[in-house]
Formats: sequence, C-alpha cells, structure tokens
Amino acid sequence: MRVVPVRHPWRWVGIAVVLVLAAQFAHGLATNPGWDWPTFAKYFAASSVISALGTTVKLTLYGTLLGFALGIVLAAMRLSKSPFLQVVSFSYVWAFRSIPLIVQLLFWFNIAYLYQTLQFGVPFGPALFTVNTNDLFGPLGAAVLGLALHQAAYAAEIIRGGILSVDAGQLEAAAALGIPRRRQFFKIVIPQAMRGILPNAANEVISLFKGTSIVSVMAIPELFYQVQVIYGRNGRVVPLLMVATVWYIVLTTLLSIVQYYVERHYAKGSARSLPPTPWQKIRRGWSRVRRAAAATPSFAHAPERGAAG
Amino acid sequence: MNGGLPMVDVRGVHKSFGDLHVLRGVDLQVEQGSVMVILGPSGSGKSTLLRSINHLEKVDAGAVSVDGRLIGYRRRGNRLHELTEREILHQRSEIGFVFQNFNLFGHLTVLQNVVEAPVSAQGRKRRDVESLAMELLERVGVAEKAHDYPRRLSGGQQQRVAIARALALQPKLILFDEPTSALDPELVGEVLDVIVELAHSGTTMVVVTHEIGFAREVADTVVFMDEGRIIESGSPEQVLDNPSSERTRSFISRVL
Repeated sequence: MRVVPVRHPWRWVGIAVVLVLAAQFAHGLATNPGWDWPTFAKYFAASSVISALGTTVKLTLYGTLLGFALGIVLAAMRLSKSPFLQVVSFSYVWAFRSIPLIVQLLFWFNIAYLYQTLQFGVPFGPALFTVNTNDLFGPLGAAVLGLALHQAAYAAEIIRGGILSVDAGQLEAAAALGIPRRRQFFKIVIPQAMRGILPNAANEVISLFKGTSIVSVMAIPELFYQVQVIYGRNGRVVPLLMVATVWYIVLTTLLSIVQYYVERHYAKGSARSLPPTPWQKIRRGWSRVRRAAAATPSFAHAPERGAAG
Repeated sequence: MNGGLPMVDVRGVHKSFGDLHVLRGVDLQVEQGSVMVILGPSGSGKSTLLRSINHLEKVDAGAVSVDGRLIGYRRRGNRLHELTEREILHQRSEIGFVFQNFNLFGHLTVLQNVVEAPVSAQGRKRRDVESLAMELLERVGVAEKAHDYPRRLSGGQQQRVAIARALALQPKLILFDEPTSALDPELVGEVLDVIVELAHSGTTMVVVTHEIGFAREVADTVVFMDEGRIIESGSPEQVLDNPSSERTRSFISRVL
C-alpha cells in the first residue's frame, strides 16, 4: 500500500509571499542610491573603523570576563549560609540594577571630580602611597569598570538561577561522598548549572557587545563613536551606520556560533545522544537527498514489502 | 578494628523539622560486620535516622558515633565543639551512602562518577582508583557501561553504579536509603542481589527498605520504627514472625 503524506499548500503560499518581500528588499538595497554602497565599501575596512572595532571587542571582552568573575562570587555569596554575605550580595545587585548604565558610566568618568587622589594606607590613618585618580582610571578604564560592575549584577542573577536549577540530590550526593566544598561547586554544580546559565549568559554578552556603543558618551573611540565622527565630517549618515550595523551583525553571528558549540559541550550526559551540529545536519540531509534520488525507481515496491511482512 | 565497640552507636537522638518531631529519642547499636534492616511506615523517621548517621541531618539532641568517633562534634572536657565542614566531609568520606534516587552525577560518565570522591575527598591516586573502580563495576555487573553517561542506563544499573561509587571510598559502613523504592519491579532483584552479596562479604550496613524478603534473608537485626521511635528490634525471626508489638504485626501484615 502506498503512503500519501499530508500536503501543506499554505506553507508554499507563505514561502512565496516571504520570497517576494525579500526580493523587493534586496532589490531596493541594490538600486536605491541612498544606501551609497561605494562609501560603505570605502569605510567598512578603513583602519580607523577597524581600530574602533578593536576597542569595542576589548570593552566587551573585559566587561564580560570581569563581570562574570564578579558575578560568580556574588552568586556564591548569595547562596552561602552566611546572612552577612547574602545581604552584601543582595545589596550589590539591588544597587547596580537600580542605576542606569549610562548614569553609572558618567559617574566613573567623573570620579576624579569627587576624589582627586586615591590613598592606600591605614584607614583613618597615614597614607602609604597616593595616586592621581585620573592616572589610575583613564576613560577606557572607567568604561571597563562601569560595564563590568553593571554586568556583574546581572551575571550574578543568571548564575544563581542556573545553580538553583541543579537538582538538590546532586549536592546531597556530593556532600555524602565527602567531596570538598570548592570542588562540589566547580566540578559538580557549575557544569550542570551551565545548561541553564549559557543561553542567558550569551544574551548578556551579545547585549553588552552592542551596549558598548553607550560608551560613546564618554568620547571613547569605539565603533559607534568612530562612525559618528566620520559621518559628522562627511555627512554620509546612512552608509556609515551600515558600516557599524554590519560589523555588529558579523560579530554577533560569530558569538552565536560559539554559543551553539559551548552549549553542545555542556549538554554531555543530559541527552541520550548529542544533537547534530548544523554541518552534520547539512551532510545528512544531502546524503538523504542523494539516496532518495538513487532509490526512486524501486521506491514503489518498498512499502508493499513492508506491508506484506 | 575496635574490639567490641559497636560500629554505629546512636544515643538519645531527637530531631525536629519545624513543628514536626521526627525522631523522639532513638537508641541504636550496629555491631561491626553486621547487617541491620530498618522497617517502618513512611514518615516514621527511618530515613532521617539514617541520614543523621552521616550528618546529612544535624540532630537536635543526643549523639551519633561511628567506629568510636563522634559524628559532627569533638568532645573537649564538658563541651561539644562543632566540627568544621571540612572535617565533617572527611568523616562522611568513610561512610558510604546510597540514595533512593541514585543521585549519580549526570554530567560525568559512570567511571568518573565512581572515581571522583576517592580522588578528591581521600586524595588517592587516580590511576589506582580507576582500576579499583573497574573491579567494582565488574562486581556489580555494569563494567561494560563504564564510559556511558548515567542517563543511558536503566534504573537498576544506575543504582548498582551508585553502590560501586559508595564502595570505592572503601567505607567502614554503608547506609542504604530505600535503595529499591524508585525502581521498576522487575529491576528490584538485580539491585538486591548486589546488596545481598555485599552483606555476605561482611560489610557493615544499615538498610532502610520495604523489602521484607530481603530483611529475612540478610539481616542480623531487624528494627521496626514508628512515629520517631524504635518500637522493637531483634532477629528477623523475632521481629518478622513473632512481633511483640501490635503495631509491628499490623505493619508487617500490610506489606507482606
């Protein structure tokens, strides 16, 4: 007996509509002179843009590393049995989630107005050495500090959520086996918490990456600031915004790919078999198409045999 | 070896969770090399008692000693000093514990599950522990699964791995908390067989279970608990066949 699969005619209608709209958009991109592709091409890989991109990547990297390192500490404090540490962690998260990032950044940028020098020494007593605040925090340092402190508050909550999602029985087993506390945390809990942490953490990294554009208020030459400078000079706003947009898209795509493989790594043991990578899917799909093409003449017989048996 | 001292000595233990008085003065001695089975209806406090033996629950009053050493405290003169978490973890690493829900580490392979604690808690050499672990997995019949993740194993296989994991610590004592209650009926036998084999090899153990047949076969002492107290204890024949308490009699007639 032949099996006739269900047909989905509306899917084809939907595909057609989307294809037409996409084609129109692509056509507009190519023919509308307003996009000004020659200017885009001229600046896309210009050395000033590339070095600004480097600053953006650096801000993201340091913000992420410092933010998540502090976030782990804050999450551990919040989950500890010490009421003191819990309150400290809670207050930190409360404070840094309450202050808008841009306000906080401007505070750090103007820190030298509040404290011209920083002294290290005995509290309320003599200073051992003194540094000029502006030497310690350049604008870039202030930006990294602000981004990291802000990020830490969110990272702490994401990590805490991940840790809470780990079955209590896992910790109980680790405790019953006598595994040292620190090892329980890093070897038993964190790897299993990662499955819950990663999708949210990737969101945070990507939003931090784009959020670095906020630092342009501090006149730091990151990507967005740099394109503003250029279009302020030559007046070609749209193509230069496109330069920034395309770079943001390219790097976000890279981050998304990294996220996929990191998540796959931490899925070990959670599924009976790991999901295939996109590349494996494509190869499997292709070999299926080839097999189907080769088998077409005898296809009609195969189901009959199955039905008879 | 400690010449006549019981392996487990529980004296006057009380434990409450909020308003719920779960253990109401429990005394219990387990001889070295013997097998004790604790029976009782759910909510009778048997799991709490078992968990307080390795300090997974901290008792409110009374004392627990294992192999002559106080669990969770140090006595100095007239005072009891709480041990640090590190010291408690060390004490626990000498006591095996098998959970109802296995609690294998899902992100580690079977072999890694067994090897983890002896290396990290007891500081033994990984290579030595690995060969011991393979022997133990062989002994409980899951050696061919050594490199699989727990989720790919049946419940019975997972529980046998959990037993191997407890044995790898070379414990003085193993505590079993309803080891077969989460298993499909046809898988209960394979796990009980492993525990029976252990019992015959002279391992000291305390088993909380509902398996009366198992109690009859391997227990040296059967203890019946209800409402946070030990109602009676004695040889299997005594407690299972001629219970002196009406409560024991009615419980046994219900589970048989």
